[in-house]
Amino acid sequence: MIDLVIVGAGPAGLCAAIAAAENGLKVCILDEFIQPGGRLLGQLHQEPNGYWWNGIEEAHKLHKKAVQLGVDIHLGVSVYDLQKAEKGWFVYSSDKIFESMCLLLATGASETPIPVPGWTLPGVMSIGAAQVMSNVHRVKPGEKCVVIGVNVLSLAITRELQLCGVEIEGILLPHPNLVSGESADPERVMQSLLRLSHLAPSPFIRFGGKWVTPKLAVQFFPKKGFKMWGIPIQVRSRVLSILGEKQVEAVRIANVTPSGDSIPGTEKEISVDFVCIAGGLTPLSELAAIAGCPFQFFAELGGYIPLHNEYMQTDVQGLYVAGNITGIESAKVAMAQGKVAGLTISKDLKALKDITKIEDAVKNVVVTRRNAMIQFHPGIEKARTELYNEFSRSRGKMISI
Amino acid sequence: MKSMRITHHPVLGKLEEKREVKFTFDGKPFSAYEGETIAAALLAHGVRTLRIHEEKKSPRGIYCNIGHCFECRVRVDGKSVVRSCITPVTDGMSVESGMLNVSASMKGVKP
Repeated sequence: MIDLVIVGAGPAGLCAAIAAAENGLKVCILDEFIQPGGRLLGQLHQEPNGYWWNGIEEAHKLHKKAVQLGVDIHLGVSVYDLQKAEKGWFVYSSDKIFESMCLLLATGASETPIPVPGWTLPGVMSIGAAQVMSNVHRVKPGEKCVVIGVNVLSLAITRELQLCGVEIEGILLPHPNLVSGESADPERVMQSLLRLSHLAPSPFIRFGGKWVTPKLAVQFFPKKGFKMWGIPIQVRSRVLSILGEKQVEAVRIANVTPSGDSIPGTEKEISVDFVCIAGGLTPLSELAAIAGCPFQFFAELGGYIPLHNEYMQTDVQGLYVAGNITGIESAKVAMAQGKVAGLTISKDLKALKDITKIEDAVKNVVVTRRNAMIQFHPGIEKARTELYNEFSRSRGKMISI
Repeated sequence: MKSMRITHHPVLGKLEEKREVKFTFDGKPFSAYEGETIAAALLAHGVRTLRIHEEKKSPRGIYCNIGHCFECRVRVDGKSVVRSCITPVTDGMSVESGMLNVSASMKGVKP
């Protein structure tokens, strides 16, 4: 029998596989996509020291290492059901039923869509879709684009689209509705933007330095937006609708007041051939629900989180989680968590050679989180502590098989 | 139609040359790089509409591009509900837009 089946060949899944295989476990990874690497594949950003974080290269390195260690990777395989067996798990996939002692869910995240009138037109896609299309498939999604949704993910990916030669008309707010929520509120968006000043120091210092509070910043926000990497960021304009007959031809926009009301008479059309919707990320956790894992809601972590501890154990025996399914964070955190999961599983299956490695790996997750250049939410660390406390209250510190 | 392929990228470098395969979309011949997805191959040729909505009859294309949303579903070699964004093109593949009788078949009506 397989010792460990991992669902998801992203940064968390691959690092868990490496750690487990290094301790002699028989590991198998299943992933729907055509290439291993998950969302790491699309990532491309420059770190403060000038080094380009190239997700494709990082994914290749992890993949190569996993294969060298004998990890069996099945691509293009979808997992649609899980059943607890007497000892271990049955994993139902589009290929066959896999049987394993332990199961790690490293399914990552999905993007939250923001419905906008006209959003079903061909040429409208999620910002992550545009990232995969341009950086992984190397196909330009269009020539000229507007991005709906001002957040850390949209800023980072818009920059990547610009590197591919896409002309960016601007990043604008969405229309307020039940789904867009705070992302349509200029002040809330400004507040989160000012936290990102380390990503592009000079424009933010020029801009944010003048108006220290989000409220003032929104009030005096320049009409044309301010530019970061030459991309106009507008928190005082919103997209009302997307226009086109058979595909995207334009967007209709309007200016908004600091409190987020559209200003009548300011509506105008901008011609673009594609639109990206950036609604943020939420943990992709259906399989954990199927497995019977309890959940708790943490806004800071991106939604409903399967209860787990810092060792990546869940409340269900033999079920583990790592990566963005445990909360939205950077790929580096996912990698560090994957390692913890791989070591914990090795320990639980009595295969771990050096027990001190687990605590080191857990510490490394905390350090990696603190050093992360892109913090998706300021309250992540606090939310994590709360989550782990909740877990210990319900189950005690470690579960053994 | 000009190619949408990003042949030169300032950080990722030059696009690697790959073996070409042939496929058809609604009967028209297209080429793809071996191993790339149906959705990427069609977009590289400027094709954005992958199906017509079964009830609203509106054109639909790629939305999430990683297999979550099923907006890009097509028929491949007669098989329906194939996600074009995670399915690689193979030589001689026949891809058809949409699945026009889905509502009929879902209601149990013979298409």
